[in-house]
Parts: sequence; C-alpha cells; structure tokens
Amino acid sequence: MISKSGILASQPYFYKYCRQKQPEMNALSIRNLRKTYKNGFEALKGIDLDVKAGDFFALLGPNGAGKSTTIGIVSSLVRKTSGTVEVFGHDLDKEREAAKRCIGLVPQEVNFNQFEKVLDIVVNQAGYYGIRRKEALQRAEECLTQLSLWDKRNSVSRHLSGGMKRRLMIARALVHSPKLLILDEPTAGVDIEIRRSMWEFLRKINQEGTTIILTTHYLEEAENLCRHIAIINHGHIVEHNAMADLLRKLHTNRYILELRNPAPFAPTVEGYQLEPLEDHTLAVDVPMDLGLHGLLDQLAAQGMEVVSLRNAANRLEQLFIDLVENQRIDPARKTA
Amino acid sequence: MHHLIAFKTILFKEIHRFVRIWPQTILPSAITTSLYFLIFGTLIGGRVGPMAGMSYMDYIVPGVILMSVITNAYGNVVASFYSTKFQRNIEELLISPIPNWIILAGYVGGGIARGLAVGGVVAIVGMFFTDVRPAHPGLIASVFFMTAALFSLAGFINAVYANSFDDISIVPNFVLTPLVYLGGVFYSIELLPELWRKVSLANPILYMVNAFRYGFVGISDVDIRTAFLIIGGSISILVAWSLVLLRRGTGLKT
Ligand SMILES: Nc1ncnc2c1ncn2[C@@H]1O[C@H](COP(=O)(O)OP(=O)(O)O)[C@@H](O)[C@H]1O
Ligand SMILES: [Mg+2]
Repeated sequence: MISKSGILASQPYFYKYCRQKQPEMNALSIRNLRKTYKNGFEALKGIDLDVKAGDFFALLGPNGAGKSTTIGIVSSLVRKTSGTVEVFGHDLDKEREAAKRCIGLVPQEVNFNQFEKVLDIVVNQAGYYGIRRKEALQRAEECLTQLSLWDKRNSVSRHLSGGMKRRLMIARALVHSPKLLILDEPTAGVDIEIRRSMWEFLRKINQEGTTIILTTHYLEEAENLCRHIAIINHGHIVEHNAMADLLRKLHTNRYILELRNPAPFAPTVEGYQLEPLEDHTLAVDVPMDLGLHGLLDQLAAQGMEVVSLRNAANRLEQLFIDLVENQRIDPARKTA
Repeated sequence: MHHLIAFKTILFKEIHRFVRIWPQTILPSAITTSLYFLIFGTLIGGRVGPMAGMSYMDYIVPGVILMSVITNAYGNVVASFYSTKFQRNIEELLISPIPNWIILAGYVGGGIARGLAVGGVVAIVGMFFTDVRPAHPGLIASVFFMTAALFSLAGFINAVYANSFDDISIVPNFVLTPLVYLGGVFYSIELLPELWRKVSLANPILYMVNAFRYGFVGISDVDIRTAFLIIGGSISILVAWSLVLLRRGTGLKT
C-alpha cells in the first residue's frame, strides 16, 4: 500500500513519536485490562496481550467476547476501568497523544459523515493529525488510489457500496501512516472476492512494515493472515500463541492412558508427546493424522501395557464449536 | 503548528457544512428578520411611536441582529456536533491526537462563523430599513464575538448531553427563544412594571442585547461594564464545563 519511500517518508516528522523506541519493542502491550460498562456488565475481566512490532496479529473470538471493547480502549474510544495499555512504549494514560499518533483504526461499523465527500473525509482526517492541507491531499490521493477509490473521490460517502465504505475506512486509517493498523472485523459481511483482495492488501502493507492487529470471528481468516493469535471469550484471553502452535494444538487429541503397572521411566514415542501424570497414568497428545495405531504397540514394546484409555476434553474444543456456530448464523458466511 | 492545522481543519469543515446547506442555515434567518423589520418596524412601528427617544425601527434593529447571531451560533454547534455524535464520525476526532480544547475551539469557531454570516446578512437587510449605523464598531465586534462564542458553547453542551433529535430542539425552543424575546430586543425594560424589570435583569441576554444596541445607537438599559462581566463570566463557566465534559467523555465514550 503506502510505500515507505515517496512523500510519506519525506515527512519523518509524523513518525517522530513512533520511532523513538527500538524496533524490537511491542507494538501493543496490555496488562490486566478490565472494563465494566455502566450497566454493570463486565466485558473485560483482566486481559494481558502483547503484540510485537511488525507482527500480523489476530484477536479471535465469538460475538460479544470483548474484541471491540479491547480495540475501543486501545484507540481511546472506550474508557477502561483499570489496567494499562502501551502503544509502542507510550502509556495511554501518560502519553496519550504520542500513542494515538501510532494508531490507525478501521472500526467495525461505518462511522463517517454520510454527507461528506470521500476525498474530504480522508483529507480532514489527515488534518486532525496536523498534516498540512497540501500534503494531506497528496497522501489522500495515494491512499485512495491504492484502495481503488480515487475515481470515487467526489462521491458523497453514503452513495458508496458496502465494500467501498470498508475500503474508505482503511484509506482514512492509513492517511497519517500509522505504525499500527487495527481493524475490527474488517471482512464481516464482505463478499469473498473483496475479502480476498483485502487480505492481499493487508499482507502487503504488513510486509512493508506496518504492524497489523485484526479482530475476527473466522478462524480461517486468522489462519490465512496472522502469525500470532489470541483468543478471547467472555472477557478472558483463553489462548495467546503463535498461529502455528495453535493449529498444532487444535489438530491434536489428548488422551489419558491407564497402565497396568506403574511406568518405570518416562517413555518416549516418536511423533507423540507423552507426559506421566501419576504412577499409573500417562497423558499423550496425539496428532490427528497419526492416530493411536503405533502408540500402543510401541508402549507395549517398552513394557507398558495400556488397560484403558479415555479422551481428555480439549479446552479449545468447546470454544471452536461456539465459533463455528457463530459462523453458521452469520449471513456473510453464505456468500463466502 | 499541529494544533493550528487541526483547529483549521475542524473550523473549515464547520464553515463548509453551513455554507453547503445555506438554504437551511442562512436563508431562514434572513427571511424572518426581514419580516420583523417589515412588520414591527415599518407597519406596526409607525404606530408604536418612539422608543427611548428614537424610532421603533431604529430601536429594534441591533437586537434583531443579535437575536439572529444567538440562535444561529447555538443552532450551528448543537446541530453539527450532535449529528457528528449521531453518525459516530466524532470517533474521527476522538482517536486523533487533538487536545480537547482544540476540538471545542473548532466547533465554537464554526458557531461564531455562522453567527457572523447570518448576523452580517441581517445587518445588511436592517440597513435597508433604517439609517442606523455602527457608532462604536469595536464594541459591536466584541459583543458580537463574545455572544456568539457563549451561545456556541451552550449549543455544544446541549449536543453533548443530547440523546435524540428532540433533545437538541428542547433547549432552543423552550429556553433560548423565551429568553431572547424577553431580553429587551423589542422593548426597553423601562416600560415594564418594577417587578418585571427586576426579573428581566436576571436574564443574561438582556445585557448582551443592550450592550450591542449601545454600540449602534448609544443607549442602553444596563451598565456596559456589567454586561461585559456577565458575558465574560458566562463564557468562562461554559468553557470549563465543556472541557470537563470532553475530558470525561460524557455522552461520547462508553
Ligand atoms: N456500551 C455498552 N454497554 C453495555 N454493554 C456493552 C456495551 N458495549 C458492549 N457491551 C457488551 O460487552 C460485551 C463485549 O462486546 P464487544 O466488545 O462489542 O464484543 P465483540 O466485539 O467481541 O463482539 C458484549 O456482551 C456486549 O453486549
Ligand atoms: Mg465487535
């Protein structure tokens, strides 16, 4: 999308705040974040989250999990009840202005003035960040062109199609060249073709150095795009992991094996993760594609006879059943 | 520098908004006030006889101008800021690194600009009907500016608290209009019985109208310094109130 060469880079001023710190730092650091809404509903129950600079990060969770609440607090739209948030090392309470300069937000719902023209929306947003009008126009042209909206620059925003509105929100979020782009369910209700091209676009700007956090309730989307993932449910982070590790975990069944005799030593069997629990019991993680076949034989060969075996509940399982349910009732899914 | 650019962005957006919809924002006041001049000034005014030693028409022109400034400054900010809230594009400002006082200044600036535009049109119309001319331009400019700022702030506060389109018309209709009409635009409080004269002195708009009138024709029912103290004091209170609302995010953040 916006190349870091060209006019944007020629204005290092706007990166000033974001560039003070080391590149290895976290783009986002959340500690013990809580949110209780006015009606007493506790939407976030003390979450921790770390997103590395340069990462492509998914915050996955079913509807009502607390994704938008989290995003809202990070982007100063929602007041936190307690906890701390740092954006590129800038604490939201102490250096809110510097933190804000690092963030570009694509909200879940359309939120621009329906009567304003596309170009004005983007140019004004640049103005709010202190970018002079002449440069704001150049940046707006660049952003709108990259999102294939330049032809629509003089259209009034309410006349845009759903997909165009979504793209306009992305253009608006990028006009001040944020180091961290946050997208709240960017592809919900968007048809598959637009979804694909949006994925491609996001991948590109991530490669060019923008840290991206997106929320989604499609595992497929997170799987396709993201290197790290956190799963949120009922206001708790239930998983915070590299994407690859999560997938491995998801494609693994855990069994508890009951042995006839106490295990004399911790057994190892290639391909399986074994873990002695008590004298007579072993836990084993079995990759779905391997199955149980070789395992029992190999254990027997090591002198361990399995008398019974039961499936241990996978704590992620229920969550994913929820997610899948969610996707089934989402009308957007039908077009996907 | 940053802040100046952000301020100008909000201000120009606000001006652009009311200019774009001028048949709704500028024309109505021009027409109503022309009618006031025609009916009260020319038709009825001839029979009313002189007011405070001058023709009735001359007497009401300054007040009518200021009345349009008050309603338009208020109306501009309350409508614009409420619709910004309603359409949620207020979020564009809330996520940006703009200090709250710049947001406030931008919207108030928009209200003042609207007051200037409409007040200017009404003044020009008024000049057709009378020979009244600005006697103390500096005084007129200050009273205009401060009054427009004050009612822009009031409109802003109204919009922050409003939860529906009804909420943004209640105060203008049931509070502002009566205060303006009873604020000495059309009569001198010298005409009122003692009690009502005293009651009228509690109406802040009376001071603004009289100070403004003084700038044109050199007469006033009230002391001009008192008028400035009251307007200035009210502005300070509303600025503080607005900034507290913005800092708390009242009505804007959940
Ligand atoms: N303004 C609010 N007042 C009360 N409850 C709210 C408010 N906003 C959201 N919630 C509740 O908080 C929970 C989390 O909402 P949200 O963060 O929007 O979830 P998600 O984005 O993951 O779908 C939901 O149960 C929602 O109903
Ligand atoms: Mg949400």
